[in-house]
Amino acid sequence: MKVLVSVKRVVDYNVRIQIKPDGSGVVTDGVKHSMNPFDEIAMEEAVRLKEKGKVTEIIAVTLGGAKGEETLRTALAFGADRAIHVKEEGEIQPLTAARALAAIFKKEGAQILFTGKQAIDDDANQTAQMTAALLDLPQATFASKVELDGTKAQVTREIDAGLETLEVDLPAVISADLRLNEPRYLKLPDIMKAKKKTIEAVSFADLGVEAAASLKTIKTTPPPTRSKGVMVKTVDELVSALKAKGLV
Amino acid sequence: MSALINRRDLDFMLYEMLDVPALCQTPRYAQHDRDTFESVIEAAHALAEEKFLPFAAKLDASEPHFDGERVHIIPEVKEALKAYVDGGFLATAFDAENGGSQLPYVIAQSVAALFASANGPAVGYTLLTMAASNLLNVHGTEEQKTRYMRPMMEGRWFGTMCLSEPQAGSSLGDIKTRAQALPDGSYSISGNKMWISGGEHDLSENIVHLVLARLDGAPAGVKGISLFIVPKFHVNDNGTLGARNGVRLVGLNHKMGCRGTVNTVLSFGDTPCTGYLVGKPNEGLACMFHMMNEARIAVGLAGVMSGYAAYLFALDYARQRPQGRLPTDKSPESKPVAIIEHSDVRRMLLQQKAYVEGGLALCLYCAKLVDEKATAEDAKQKEEISLLLEILTPIAKSWPAEFCLEANKLAIQVLGGYGYTRDYPVERHYRDNRLNAIHEGTHGIQGLDLLGRKVTMKNGAAFRLLLGKIQQTVQATAGDASLAEFSVALGKAVEVAAATTQTLAAAAVQGKVDLFLANANLYLEMLGHIVVAWQWLQQAQCAHAGQAKATAADRDFYEGKRIACQYFFRYELPKAHRQAELLAKLDDTCLNLSPSVL
Repeated sequence: MKVLVSVKRVVDYNVRIQIKPDGSGVVTDGVKHSMNPFDEIAMEEAVRLKEKGKVTEIIAVTLGGAKGEETLRTALAFGADRAIHVKEEGEIQPLTAARALAAIFKKEGAQILFTGKQAIDDDANQTAQMTAALLDLPQATFASKVELDGTKAQVTREIDAGLETLEVDLPAVISADLRLNEPRYLKLPDIMKAKKKTIEAVSFADLGVEAAASLKTIKTTPPPTRSKGVMVKTVDELVSALKAKGLV
Repeated sequence: MSALINRRDLDFMLYEMLDVPALCQTPRYAQHDRDTFESVIEAAHALAEEKFLPFAAKLDASEPHFDGERVHIIPEVKEALKAYVDGGFLATAFDAENGGSQLPYVIAQSVAALFASANGPAVGYTLLTMAASNLLNVHGTEEQKTRYMRPMMEGRWFGTMCLSEPQAGSSLGDIKTRAQALPDGSYSISGNKMWISGGEHDLSENIVHLVLARLDGAPAGVKGISLFIVPKFHVNDNGTLGARNGVRLVGLNHKMGCRGTVNTVLSFGDTPCTGYLVGKPNEGLACMFHMMNEARIAVGLAGVMSGYAAYLFALDYARQRPQGRLPTDKSPESKPVAIIEHSDVRRMLLQQKAYVEGGLALCLYCAKLVDEKATAEDAKQKEEISLLLEILTPIAKSWPAEFCLEANKLAIQVLGGYGYTRDYPVERHYRDNRLNAIHEGTHGIQGLDLLGRKVTMKNGAAFRLLLGKIQQTVQATAGDASLAEFSVALGKAVEVAAATTQTLAAAAVQGKVDLFLANANLYLEMLGHIVVAWQWLQQAQCAHAGQAKATAADRDFYEGKRIACQYFFRYELPKAHRQAELLAKLDDTCLNLSPSVL
């Protein structure tokens, strides 16, 4: 069984995000980047399934500029067999990513697309769902447990009321939540082996994909700073203060 | 920001100062490139930060203890070391044919720096194992390599270095442990060993002790010492473990710092204890010192990283901690400033930066020399690099132990009362670092090694080579207006060092050997400061080159390098001149001091 894992290069989760002075976005120059943590979890799941003999080939895919290659090398060191780099500079909207992933999924004849449930840069949480829609395939998002059974997958997902278990026919799209697994530490011999694996570069044109322009970023601002608190002496005072603010 | 190291600084040193990827042009490292180095360091950083750092304080507080039967070490150590071995970090620099990644020594040392910063005492076990493996790789027979080295390289067994005895440490010529030849070609070992790190534990299946001992009838002193393998458990021909060998734990030493690395007193031969000769009889010390030089660079780096970790903590604290107001602000109601706004706090931070980044540059430079020596094709070039390493090694070992410890002291000072409590890591780093001036050759021994051996070796060839290298940097920076002040100052310091050394050497030639060596420690400090000033000028030179095309964040980084260089040249380098003055006078205050007046 061939599976596709999408991995996105994002600003590292440890970095304190700074907004560009003109409000056009966040500062990414000279800032540490790494693989989106949810994608790492998706990657880990695919590797574990391969180790269990349920998956035969793992293809890692990324979209973005030249530096995306670093993220693919990490994916290859995790255990992907080969990688595809959709090399396009500039902003890539979720719908564009979904179109590219769908095209590659079809071309490769994959059975599962694993993704992180969302990327920690824009937190859009759309790509997995859109890709499933474009491919007209079942989707199981926010997975906390995945079991493959021949032509079906049993996916446990975290919902507000607890856990929900879905059964989906393969091929399908599965997105990983935080508690699906704990990604491994990379091993030096695997980093060395990753150097020898191939990364195929393709463009939107190669895939026959048109970049979507459905979203427009108007401005980027930091979250409002917390305003100073007020001490109240009695419950009545608290209630009237809340009423005054229209909160109760 | 990483708590372990400033990653921008490490990148600066590896790629802008040392051009480490140039090593990939050599056949030995042809399979690697910069991307690989970055991935390796990234992987090491993640493991060190997530698996080693979290229990560093706990390990310090829960010292290993001996219940009379076995040594207890908190389980986190074994678990972290397993992850380290599984990740291939033990084998970072081992040859590919031995199952290693065959990475350059300078990259292996960068990796070691990250673990040393996170939790040096926990990772100490692996450093000893690497050193023991490397020694057997060079001096062991094929049979010894298969039987003892391989399992160590695979991280299944750990190693130790048994040199010191209760009565003989710095003076190894006085060791008494005895080796008697047995009919089967092995030896019966008897005696006591002191300060043996990793001497007993359950962290690995077996422990391979490398033991210095005297054969019966061997000449007295250092020329009569041989080296033996003494396994904790005997090893069967098929590699499985046999009965317990006669090496016994007498007790543990309870240390000021580095508490997580269990330190033992061992007794050999209470019950029959078998050892196996490594190398030739009576050449044990030479075998041991083969790896000792590299081990000394590693000790220097460990000293740097204790100071570096504390500096990063103090820096972060100083940015967060509000206290007091600036002298010009007279309003008691105004908001207190972060203590980094106070000039005296910035002075302490800059001094720490100058020490730890200067020390790091020196140790990584030496590590790169180890690689250049290993890959040099030209015999003359190899000889030159070898000489340069010889003279720099005692400095790289001792300068950080002295001055990065000073950085530890300042880090405590930045935190004030909090720094003096065990609730913050800075006092622990101080205690850990205090070891580095003592083990692997004390500070005093390093001074004697530098002045008594290295400076005078081959008619001063190593010394001239070092001064020549420093002169190259002086000349390369002379024409640059922003660096001219430092270039002139370093040029003068080199002249002074040359003249002082000549005066000292003349005294030695006249037979005043006692007077000559009585000045060794002062000499070590003088030359150490000049060498680190040289490292700082090179950093400023690279920073100046980088500044031209720097991003906003990088501009501050490069400016930080320039200002730390300025600090070192204005506040620290002048100390070398005062020391040189005293040295030139062949001062005999300490030499002629009668013990009875103390």
